[in-house]
Amino acid sequence: MTSLAVNGVTCRGKVLTLDSMNPNVRRVEYAVRGPIVQRAVQIEKELREGVKKPFTEVIKANIGDAHAMGQKPITFFRQVLALCSYPDLLEDNKFPEDAKKRARRILDACGGHSIGAYSASQGIECIRQDVARYIEKRDGGIPSNPDNIYLSTGASDAIVTMLKLLVCGEGRDRTGVMISIPQYPLYSAALADLGAVQINYYLDEDKCWGLDVTELRRALNAAKQHCKPRVLCIINPGNPTGQVQSRECIEDVIRFAKEENLFLMADEVYQDNVYAKGCKFHSFKKVLFEMGPEYSSSLEMASFHSTSKCYMGECGFRGGYMEVLNMDPEVKAQLTKLVSVRLCPPVSGQAMLDLVVNPPLPDEPSYASYVKERTAVLAALAEKSHLTEEMFNTVPGITCNPVQGAMYTFPRITLPQKAIAKAQEEGQAPDMLYCMKLLEEEGICLVPGSGFGQKEGTFHFRMTILPPTEKLKVVLQKIRDFHLRFTQEFS
Amino acid sequence: MSVLQEISSNVKNMKTLEYSLLARWTKQIKEDLRQGVKKPFKEVIDVSWGDPHRGGVKPLTFVRQVLAACLYPQLMNGEKLPVDVRQRAQKLLDGCAGWSVGSYSATGGLPEIVQRVSEFISRRDGGVPSNPENIFLCCGSQWALTRILNVLVNAEAPYPTGVLTPAPCYSTTTLSIEGLGGVVVPYYLSEERGWELQVEELHRALESCKGACHPIALYVINPGNPAGQVQSRKSMQEVIRFASEKRLFLLADEVYQGCIYGEKEFVSYKRVLSEMGPPLSDTVELASFHSASKGFMGECGLRGGYVELVNLDPAVKKHIYTLFCADSSPPVLGQIALDLMTNPPQPGDPSYLLYYQKACEVINSLQGFSCQAVEGGAFAFPRIHLPAKLVSLSGVLASPGSDYGQEEGTFHIRFCILLPHDVLGELLRRLSDFHTQFMKDFS
Repeated sequence: MTSLAVNGVTCRGKVLTLDSMNPNVRRVEYAVRGPIVQRAVQIEKELREGVKKPFTEVIKANIGDAHAMGQKPITFFRQVLALCSYPDLLEDNKFPEDAKKRARRILDACGGHSIGAYSASQGIECIRQDVARYIEKRDGGIPSNPDNIYLSTGASDAIVTMLKLLVCGEGRDRTGVMISIPQYPLYSAALADLGAVQINYYLDEDKCWGLDVTELRRALNAAKQHCKPRVLCIINPGNPTGQVQSRECIEDVIRFAKEENLFLMADEVYQDNVYAKGCKFHSFKKVLFEMGPEYSSSLEMASFHSTSKCYMGECGFRGGYMEVLNMDPEVKAQLTKLVSVRLCPPVSGQAMLDLVVNPPLPDEPSYASYVKERTAVLAALAEKSHLTEEMFNTVPGITCNPVQGAMYTFPRITLPQKAIAKAQEEGQAPDMLYCMKLLEEEGICLVPGSGFGQKEGTFHFRMTILPPTEKLKVVLQKIRDFHLRFTQEFS
Repeated sequence: MSVLQEISSNVKNMKTLEYSLLARWTKQIKEDLRQGVKKPFKEVIDVSWGDPHRGGVKPLTFVRQVLAACLYPQLMNGEKLPVDVRQRAQKLLDGCAGWSVGSYSATGGLPEIVQRVSEFISRRDGGVPSNPENIFLCCGSQWALTRILNVLVNAEAPYPTGVLTPAPCYSTTTLSIEGLGGVVVPYYLSEERGWELQVEELHRALESCKGACHPIALYVINPGNPAGQVQSRKSMQEVIRFASEKRLFLLADEVYQGCIYGEKEFVSYKRVLSEMGPPLSDTVELASFHSASKGFMGECGLRGGYVELVNLDPAVKKHIYTLFCADSSPPVLGQIALDLMTNPPQPGDPSYLLYYQKACEVINSLQGFSCQAVEGGAFAFPRIHLPAKLVSLSGVLASPGSDYGQEEGTFHIRFCILLPHDVLGELLRRLSDFHTQFMKDFS
């Protein structure tokens, strides 16, 4: 700290420095929007300024943003949102009656009939009721209590809130949280920020990114030496790996969580994104209840969903919810207190969520077009998932597991030893070197596997399957050509 | 089973507001009214939140037309919407990936909107430059404040981190500090002097930290919440000098800058700091917060806010950026609300007249209000007893003063005043009737 007197007033070093700031925040990383994306944005700027490059646009296949890649919103959803925003439109006969009905219902539940009023912190009551009904319908009638539903600013908000609530203890008693490797880096970021202990359990790449309970047990037992494991997080369908867990696997996980007294966090934001034959989405809650009261009345769990993925892709609305089960009432009171601090989730996001859980019914005017749009989006994603797997598996040095669900592919890349050495010299992860080069040479932005976690000595990248089919084919070809060039260059 | 012992102690330490009990009672009262139970009032007036729309203020037509057009661009076909609405929606959508408000934006916000916000700040501050790279749009100003507090509060330090906060203070701020494991260090505003901030009191508060916590930041809210006082330039200069001398990070919550009544004027901390010149203007670290939730726009539910960082260490800023990245991006509609707030229709635009007419209606409804010298903000904070009786006997839900911190032995309520004229009139009638009766019953 230097101090020099100038005109009688002392100058000083900063109050907030790398040393004085919260050390947990220094440890936070988030690869999906990390250095490679910042470089991509810079390149886009250069292109706009007329700088010549081997490509005319940057394809941002790094982030699960469907609309950014040209996917169209569901018409009905946008109609209702427009009506909610500008209720004068309720007089406009160009809007269908079922859209108007839903808009009126949402507005009736808003303070002053406006989506500009704060809602209750837990979310608008009638929307929570609709969410509960959706869950019941999805899970074959298993009851869902609206009081256990917390609307949130995207699923991320709810996930972070739960972790905030659960992480406690000091030293060897510090909460340990189990998360899959590879994982969606929101989890590692939140755990770093909270100073929680991250417990990695590895998905099996050779078994299509399957989850084995023996691996869960191994990870847990190792972790018990230095922390108190209390939470198990699972993403199904998976991100970045896209695997859809089998029913047996889900049962195994539930049994394990009960045996080891773990709080289960089930991230199910991709629940409608299932493409592979023989794969089906089973909600953790449904499986839990079908295992009988021994499990369903005691296992503590939170399930998460969002408006950002599936067929609607409404990321910018920040709509989401979590359903909590078997939570101690006093703990629930603390959760309710905690969510009140961020006031309320965006009301437009709550409204969007309401439409996702309460879409047009078969006897309603907008049903046909809703189904048509929804089917088209999901069919296109399925086609692209197969296309991607096929194409990547024709490239020597790239192996790609089937994209069973979600929106991404996470192929394994074999890198020449010289490339690995070069990366290490430069203090860079080898797959980051690879992805940076791909960005500079082809204008394609992916996220290196090191950002998600991977088995030591393996390398991957995550690419979204969101670009329109024709563009995706071009992207796949370019990556293939690049990979062959890269292998050649570093041989 | 997870039990109370096994959850975060930071969360447990967050005060449970008395308001939450009042809110539950009010819910029951509203249900009773729906069932036809007879009460001395026909409906509950809820003035516990700073929420103009909830109180009956109508949203601005221009704002809602632009939002509708952005949500459902087919509305722009034809002439139904005014041309400036269509142009603005077009411009906004051009800045959105895939031409959709459903896409994520850049972490700090849509670049064109951030640029325009920086220009607004510069205009507001008489030309003091504002760099878009120092501005982060957020899901409401409270979200941004919590994130910045997260960077400041160091849980691993030998002493807990202290943040000087006014008393009375907006409860969400104090809860955020507690929830992060920080310590709230109150400095009492002087009620006798119109809730004035006195530097001697700042010194006293700082002294009280010795041995208890390590103070790192000073939080000010101007115009004030709950008390509505507007700081003088002189007072702000004193605060800045204090922050500099005592090495405190300055957090300036300025969300009520659009709500000023009477003769006082709002001047931003950034402007005052800049005008004090070097070395202060180059060294005092400041985070200023603003939002689309207050003022005559009152779009609380859209969650549009921003923070502007001044004089921060670039290495720290990088980490702040990464922290914001993990939140993905702020809600796009909230960002649009900010854009419209900072760049309203101009004279000559088709929507100009209607926009300003509506804005003035809200401000003018407060002309007849004189219970306290409310200089700014959205609330009045008179002394009164037992807010619980107030809701059950008069159907008025106000926030209890105990949730905001008040001098020992005093009692207050906080209620929102951004209401339509007739509702405000009814509210004041009920309050004065309640008070008269209460004093009679207990004298």
